[in-house]
Amino acid sequence: MSATHPGSGGYIVPTRDVASEELVLNMGPQHPATHGVLRVAVKTDGEVVLDCEPMVGNIHRCKEKIAENVTYVQFMPYTDRLDYLAAMNNEECYARAAEKLLGLKLPERIEYLRVIFAEAGRISSHLMSIGTYGLDVGAITPFLYCFREREEANHLFEKISGGRMLYHYMRIGGVARDPDDAWIQRLLQFLDQVEEKMDEYNTLMTWNKLFQERTMNIGVLSREKALAFGITGPALRASGIDWDCRRDDPYGIYDRFKWEVPVADGKHGTLGDCWNRHYIRALEMKQSISIVRQAIDKMPKANPDELPPPESPHKPFLAKGVPRSLQAPKGAEVYVRSENPRGELAFYMVSDGGKSPYRVKVRGPSFCNIALLPEVTRGYLLSDLVAIIGSIDIVLGEVDR
Amino acid sequence: MREGLTNLLSGLPQWLQDIALPVLFGLIPAVIIVLGVVTPVGLVGIWGERRIAGKIQDRVGPDRVGISLGPIKSRLFGLGQSVADGVKLLGKEDFIPPGGLGLMFLCAPLVVFAGALALFAALPFGPALWAADPNLGIFYLLSVGALEVLGVLMAGWSSNNKWSLLGAMREVAQVISYEIPMAIAALCPVLLAGSMKMSSIVADQTNGLDLWGLHIAAPEATALGWNLFAAFPFNIIAFVVFYICALAALKRAPFDLPECESELVAGFLTEYSGMRWSLFFLGEYAAMWAMSGIATVLWLGGWTGPLHGFLAGVDVGPIPGGVFFGTLAFVVKTTILFLLMIQIRWTLPRLRLDQVMSLCYKYLIPAAMLCMLASGAAALLASGGAGS
Repeated sequence: MSATHPGSGGYIVPTRDVASEELVLNMGPQHPATHGVLRVAVKTDGEVVLDCEPMVGNIHRCKEKIAENVTYVQFMPYTDRLDYLAAMNNEECYARAAEKLLGLKLPERIEYLRVIFAEAGRISSHLMSIGTYGLDVGAITPFLYCFREREEANHLFEKISGGRMLYHYMRIGGVARDPDDAWIQRLLQFLDQVEEKMDEYNTLMTWNKLFQERTMNIGVLSREKALAFGITGPALRASGIDWDCRRDDPYGIYDRFKWEVPVADGKHGTLGDCWNRHYIRALEMKQSISIVRQAIDKMPKANPDELPPPESPHKPFLAKGVPRSLQAPKGAEVYVRSENPRGELAFYMVSDGGKSPYRVKVRGPSFCNIALLPEVTRGYLLSDLVAIIGSIDIVLGEVDR
Repeated sequence: MREGLTNLLSGLPQWLQDIALPVLFGLIPAVIIVLGVVTPVGLVGIWGERRIAGKIQDRVGPDRVGISLGPIKSRLFGLGQSVADGVKLLGKEDFIPPGGLGLMFLCAPLVVFAGALALFAALPFGPALWAADPNLGIFYLLSVGALEVLGVLMAGWSSNNKWSLLGAMREVAQVISYEIPMAIAALCPVLLAGSMKMSSIVADQTNGLDLWGLHIAAPEATALGWNLFAAFPFNIIAFVVFYICALAALKRAPFDLPECESELVAGFLTEYSGMRWSLFFLGEYAAMWAMSGIATVLWLGGWTGPLHGFLAGVDVGPIPGGVFFGTLAFVVKTTILFLLMIQIRWTLPRLRLDQVMSLCYKYLIPAAMLCMLASGAAALLASGGAGS
């Protein structure tokens, strides 16, 4: 080992201690494994991560400020761009928050459609995160298999909303379009297809020995730390905490379905490791499939008295009595949360009686979850850092907003 | 032909002959081999990999670029894709990172490619179909194969990029480690044949099966004489160990740590562009095929086996059947091993560096040692005991 010493006049002299020097690596914002434009400053000793710091904000787009300057209805498409992989779930949460603020009641069919689309969105989002997680640990093929299935989800959403990724399907007081029977049949086929292919993904990834070697006992997040950091979603349940907003703080009509909240039990690997976070997502997809099937079974026909068919194909499918111009009472404020694929998404909205909200605050699950990155990566290798980022599953659109 | 040309040139002044003869008999055949064998192997290999990856991943893969010469129009299964990509890469900027070691940066791909190229020199494609058959054939092949490490280290060091350096460090750690079990595993057939000469190792595999002193005479066509079955079952293990080591030495998944795109951006390739980048690629695929060829020679009987055994007497036009079907058998076997590498890459996740190392030192080296001991014992028994 040799280094330039301060007092040596620039000449290289051998040092006495043999400790290697620390290296600061800038991982991102153009790094392929940081799932977008996240920049992680990593201090490494060789390949060992001594410390790291996620530096967020590269794609800050002033979403919350925009909300104050557009009407309630106009802000809806912006919520798609928060967590752009689960746009349906963001819309659902925002629509519910706005409806609560405005005091709107929803017809039954709309409630069921909300659940069907939110859960289908969750399946599509989890397909993406499971697939890209394979990519993170070097398995390229599962990624493309997941995309094959996600493609069908994209087709379905495109057929009903016109958008493949950013749907703007949910509307305040309704949805954009009422799906017909052919569409519902195709959705059921899609569910069958995903259920069948899930085994394939599990063989290629979850139960693959190499995959387990890479993910088990890596990035362990303890129960206590998960609670202290306010972690939500699959990452929380992978640490063994039985909490799901859909069941424990029921919203919409989730209390009408029979389903289970998958919680890691530590039988495989360590509780709270990368493998468990991945596995919880795989289990959640199965539950979502079951919820969608039940919802399709129970969904009532539209009652024209409370839910009239739209006057033209270009008009949204809204409940009767939803005013064209929405205005919330002065001083009204709501905090509405929902279980996003990545954790709890919440909208805090305050009204000053105008046509646009006075303030909208988004509690983003990815933003809160990324904070734990330094906690769980210290002492692991650089390769593990990639596996950990992938297992936390962040979407930078929502981290930076 | 050689005499004819020498006579033709004898009228020229001596100094001109001194220059012309090496060029005629050394340089020109070498260039023909490079352009005629190694480059097509690399190009077709890259096309095959992308095509097979497409099939495995339920997508189409490159299938468009064929030929269009007047009335002759064909997509040729996209075989032209590698050529089209090569032309595109030629037109790219030849970027040399500022602050790096320019000359070393420029030479690194050449070293890697030269290493892959030199492998083909001692690779016996068929009976009497080789550029050279040195007495220390396998020794030469293993040493020349290691040249690649030097090139990759040069590339990583001179790129002035932390990701490149990390990739190069991984490559050196990994490849140097894996060369130990690889060489030990390769010693098994050497012990059985009693020679390091590639042609002798192949010839040794036509004599039937030696099963721990018990000799079973079998015709060549049964493939029973292959080293794969010798000292049963230890040479099967040795073959698997060699194959795994070859994957690691070639940086193929699941050992593609030096260039893994999800961790190190592109590893030692990060700063490379254009033709230099594609030289690395061409070298990698040529080396993949050559390594498969070495495994074929060592354990799978080289050009011998059913195809050659049955059809050796059937001449194909001017080509003797032995040469034609022998070469065909070698190419088929080597290509099967090559395709297996591709399938492994598109199936398995990547290992971590410490796991790669522990696999090598904890499992592969002891396994290779055991196989070598067993092969030595088997060879001793076959030759009639220690006294003879």
